[in-house]
Amino acid sequence: MTTTKISPRPLKTAPAKARRTPTTWDLRLYVAGQTPRAIQAFANLTRICEEHLAGKYRIEVIDLLKSPQLAKGDQIVALPTLVRKLPEPVRKIIGDLSNTEKVLVGLDLRPRP
Amino acid sequence: MARHRKPSERDAALAKCPTGISGLDEITEGGLPRGRPTLVCGAAGSGKTLLALEFLVRGITQYQEPGVFLSFEETAEELASNVASLGFHLPALVQQGQLALDYVRVERSEIEETGEYDLEGLFVRLGAAIDGIKAKRVVLDTIEALFAGLPNEAVLRSELRRLFRWLKDKQVTAIITGEQGEGHLTRHGLEEYISDCVIVLDHRVQNQVATRRLRIVKYRGSKHGTNEYPALIDEHGLSVLPISSLGLTYPVSTDRISTGIPRLDAMLGGKGYYRGSSIFVSGTAGTGKTSLATAFLDRVCRQGGRALYCSFEESPAQIIRNMRSIGYDLDKWRKAGRLQFHSARPWLYGLERHLASLHKLAHEFKPLAMALDPITNMMSIGESAEVKAMLTRLIDFLKNQGITSLFTSLTGGGHDLDQSEVGISSLMDTWLIVRMLETNGERNRLLYVLKSRGMAHSNQMREFLLTDGGIQLRDVYVGPGTALTGSARLAQEARDKAGRLAEQVAAARRERELVQEQASLKAQAAALLARVGRIQEELQTSRQQARRRGEAASADQGALARARQAD
Repeated sequence: MTTTKISPRPLKTAPAKARRTPTTWDLRLYVAGQTPRAIQAFANLTRICEEHLAGKYRIEVIDLLKSPQLAKGDQIVALPTLVRKLPEPVRKIIGDLSNTEKVLVGLDLRPRP
Repeated sequence: MARHRKPSERDAALAKCPTGISGLDEITEGGLPRGRPTLVCGAAGSGKTLLALEFLVRGITQYQEPGVFLSFEETAEELASNVASLGFHLPALVQQGQLALDYVRVERSEIEETGEYDLEGLFVRLGAAIDGIKAKRVVLDTIEALFAGLPNEAVLRSELRRLFRWLKDKQVTAIITGEQGEGHLTRHGLEEYISDCVIVLDHRVQNQVATRRLRIVKYRGSKHGTNEYPALIDEHGLSVLPISSLGLTYPVSTDRISTGIPRLDAMLGGKGYYRGSSIFVSGTAGTGKTSLATAFLDRVCRQGGRALYCSFEESPAQIIRNMRSIGYDLDKWRKAGRLQFHSARPWLYGLERHLASLHKLAHEFKPLAMALDPITNMMSIGESAEVKAMLTRLIDFLKNQGITSLFTSLTGGGHDLDQSEVGISSLMDTWLIVRMLETNGERNRLLYVLKSRGMAHSNQMREFLLTDGGIQLRDVYVGPGTALTGSARLAQEARDKAGRLAEQVAAARRERELVQEQASLKAQAAALLARVGRIQEELQTSRQQARRRGEAASADQGALARARQAD
């Protein structure tokens, strides 16, 4: 497996919030190679997570150039794609995540406008 | 100069990738452009997916070219079960590493767009699949689903352009399917990007009968058939029928084949039909057209040949029962495998489907002769021109195969017998007409040969009898100013016979009278001769007596003178 697991900080337990989102935020970022767009997307993602999900998220970056077979599982067509595996339901956000508002809406961290 | 140029032109000619789909390679003159994408478009249910899948399966099984199927609509399992009935066993091909099925699902509701992206994910997946099995053929079915799933059409369009370019670089022969759009070939104008070869499939309903058609709209750098070709999907997959492309180049035979009726053979130059010719039997209802067809097929079977009976009105069991009543045991031939029945209502499917099933039957069964009874029923499912076109193609096909074919045609009451309804008589080599003659309160059948190309044939009408022992032809009574059939003929023959008998009796009597008269005259003559004899005798006697009397008288005078002595 050539996936990279990044957990910038140890998980913190926050009982009040945990009831609302009982599990860890499990996020996967699909990219194909170290393209500027991929780097941009990863930077945007970590920034947003730090701001809104500090301490209770996990990001897995999957490089499809190295393991193309993984594209099937999450039905990846566009790149980069961010998949919210947990909490359910699964959400997909495509693009370089530069529009923070839309990312938050996509992750259900903000109600749809 | 020209001689030098030709080979190089041939080298530069487009390489083709055979599809293996029956008929399609003929009209594309070899197949799809190799190493390039082909667009297959059509409305829902027109058979795009099947065509594409068959292209892959036949590529694997017939040309050893592995293929990738990227589906945007159906899962691999759905696809496999959809085509299992056509004899395509996809899971096995996947297991052998010959086929890769990938289902791409793009759900708009699950996707949020945030910034710039591309479709590299699709490229990666497709590339991995192609490289994984060294695929030579690729199908994208239906890539337009992406338009529904991804909101940014500008990105999508530029990415599709890149995709088709990329497929060309990969040197795979690809089929891209697309839904038919309004005013465009495809809903999202895919034809803008794929311009090498465009095939349109159509599924039309006319007179409540659906017909599939296939047309090559465009084939850059290659000749191709431009017509709309009937196509159909059956238990062996898709087939296209490029029959109208056939020229008038079929072989002809001088062999003859018996009609099954000795007198009819005699009417046709003494030998019957030409082998491989087409025979047309027309007549009103109940004139014995089916019986004529049966007599012919029975004869073919009797001689060890195979015959195909295509019935569009009666079931095989009914035909067998009915024909047994006039002495033809078709069941025997069926059991012996020499006779095959094909019974189908004309309405069951479209003309093309009928044509195709006849083709297939002829290919599989390889009959020597074939009867279609009656073809007029086809009129009910198509326009006159279409029916004629279909029959033309059928006749061309049968002639090419050397199959002698007999078509029966029902002429409606009030129609001119010489004018066949579908106007196909000019396609026929031999035309027999059976008609009813109504006289003296009864109906009798008459048969005559209207035409028979390339052979001397009788101009006589024959009375056509269906007997327990088969079909018999009788001379009609041709008297002064009249032709009689049936009981009128029999009565006339009896009258003639009685007349002849009376004449004989009269002649005998006259002879007897004459003989008697002669005898009596001879007797009279004898009696007269006898009288003549008697008269002769009497005459002599009287003459002698007279002489004697004279002598006696002179003697007496002398004696007297002596006695007187006086002087």
